[in-house]
Amino acid sequence: MLQIRSQKDFFSGLFYIAVGLGFALVARDYTMGTAAKMGPGYFPFWLGLLLAVLGLIVSLQALGKDGEADRLDRWDIKTLLWILGSVVLFGLLLRPLGLVLALVVLVLVASMASHEFRWKGTILNTIFLIIFAMGAFIYGLNLQFPLWPAFIAP
Amino acid sequence: MELFDNLALGFSTALTFQNLAYAFLGCILGTLIGVLPGLGPLATIAMLLPATYALPPVAALIMLAGIYYGAQYGGSTTAILVNLPGESSAVVTTLDGYQMARRGRAGVALATAGIGSFFAGCVATLILAAFAAPLAEVAFKFGPAEYFSLMVLGLIGAVVLASGSLVKAIGMIVLGLLLGLVGTDVNSGAARFSFDVPELTDGLSFVAMAMGVFGFAEIIANLEQKEKRETFLNAITSLYPTKEDFKRMIPAILRGTALGSALGILPGGGAALASFAAYSVEKKSSKHPEEFGKGAIEGVAGPESANNAAAQTSFIPLLTLGIPPNAVMALMVGAMTIHNIQPGPQVMTSNPSLFWGLIASMWIGNFILIILNLPMIGIWVKLLTVPYRFLYPAILVFCCIGVYSVQNTTFDVFQTAAFGVLGYLFIKLRMEPAPLLLGFVLGPMMEENFRRALLLSRGEFTVFVTRPLSLGLLIAAAILVAIVALPSIKKKREEAFQEE
Repeated sequence: MLQIRSQKDFFSGLFYIAVGLGFALVARDYTMGTAAKMGPGYFPFWLGLLLAVLGLIVSLQALGKDGEADRLDRWDIKTLLWILGSVVLFGLLLRPLGLVLALVVLVLVASMASHEFRWKGTILNTIFLIIFAMGAFIYGLNLQFPLWPAFIAP
Repeated sequence: MELFDNLALGFSTALTFQNLAYAFLGCILGTLIGVLPGLGPLATIAMLLPATYALPPVAALIMLAGIYYGAQYGGSTTAILVNLPGESSAVVTTLDGYQMARRGRAGVALATAGIGSFFAGCVATLILAAFAAPLAEVAFKFGPAEYFSLMVLGLIGAVVLASGSLVKAIGMIVLGLLLGLVGTDVNSGAARFSFDVPELTDGLSFVAMAMGVFGFAEIIANLEQKEKRETFLNAITSLYPTKEDFKRMIPAILRGTALGSALGILPGGGAALASFAAYSVEKKSSKHPEEFGKGAIEGVAGPESANNAAAQTSFIPLLTLGIPPNAVMALMVGAMTIHNIQPGPQVMTSNPSLFWGLIASMWIGNFILIILNLPMIGIWVKLLTVPYRFLYPAILVFCCIGVYSVQNTTFDVFQTAAFGVLGYLFIKLRMEPAPLLLGFVLGPMMEENFRRALLLSRGEFTVFVTRPLSLGLLIAAAILVAIVALPSIKKKREEAFQEE
């Protein structure tokens, strides 16, 4: 069994190989053309292959003896989901419910990610942030947003 | 003197009440966001970019420049007070700045950083004004082959300082270049890598990428670490350096300014390289090398001057050649294109008041920073006491509103979340994300010049090495790679990073 010195580098390499080959494969569907008259597929195809080759080198280096050894870190999926979930919810709710309610959801859900979560502080923070955002972005910078739910707003 | 005429034009543009107000606002906002732990200039600019959309182009760029300097200064403040560098160029400042703070000299360290940055900014602005015109002349001689080679040099230069494997860092660039190609091909009109998603035919959003990879991923990583950081917020007693301090910091400031100005001009040089170089110069030339790492004032003065000088002179390749030398400048390109300004040598002639106004406002920005930050340090410090559980939802709110308002589409909000996952992957696999953004902005430019160069040479790849200017640039890139790969340098480089 091969000994992987740096798991992080090894998997970075695999990631490059996968993405590079992916780009190259898709690029083959576009017109390649010749060097003098390149089609849309030419540059991405070779660039994708280049990335795959670089990935191979990174992975091989990770097997060698030189350099630091490391292991993969655990993913904190829970935090990731709370944070990015709140952002996705904001995107989904903005149009139908308007900025104010979408922000309420964004701040509440995002705040759940902290291990120091308290209802009282979070609610105060939510109110403060909404007032601040309305003042700065809507009245200050005049950005165009739907503010209230579509079925209430005139 | 033409130089002074130009500067006069610049100052007359920048000193209108409106533009001055935007420069001021930019500096304040930049410092405000930049001082928050974990947010470097890159994330700060990305976040505040939407705030400048509604402005006229000159005012928008002036404000952005203010945001940039403010963010950088804010980053130094956090580095000194909480040992948290917001970006790579502030890493060096933590070495001695934080130690000074631990010894109760936080105020002096902050003042030193401010004075050093101001002096360096003044000198670098003059250099920028003096070199911009002749360099733009050279730029007109550049053909597509030269542009392509210059971008190769710039991209290689940008990763020389990356920690860890060099090949891994180059991979990040290539990945960025590929992501930059998503969208409609300008030459044929064919949609590439859009997988029939109509929003993707315009390409990926670079604001979404910057916010997701730098902002969101950083928040998740910060929340993961539950330990508390030691801060020295009550330790600010006196701001004023003593006579002895001045005697020690002045030569360091001069050396840092010279070094930073020179390194900033090089494509890919930029602030991080400059501050690392300045720190080692100070340590080598000091009479008390044993004090370094324990709160030597030179260790703050030198690197802080160098990174500010380099931040300023790194505008030179952007303004004269249209090529961003680092990720922050890549964002500036994005901002310019939103305002329909194509950065490059033609800006100086077609829009002189914008060009010289921007240069003048850089000096003004530095001036505002010193009068703003020294008296207001107390306020910034208060901000650092706001618990993170209140801060990160605020950052999310700014990012979500900002990214939506770029094109008024929720698609970009989802994109940002996706880039957040990618950024988290990068953190977990220890891949450096800054080269990615630089590659992303340069991708289409690079392809365009590559195609044009080969079209003109009828498919002869030798065009890149037969044209002397292009050959020279490629040789410079090869030398850079060789230097980094040399065993002795490699060892030094690793040592430099271990000092972090």
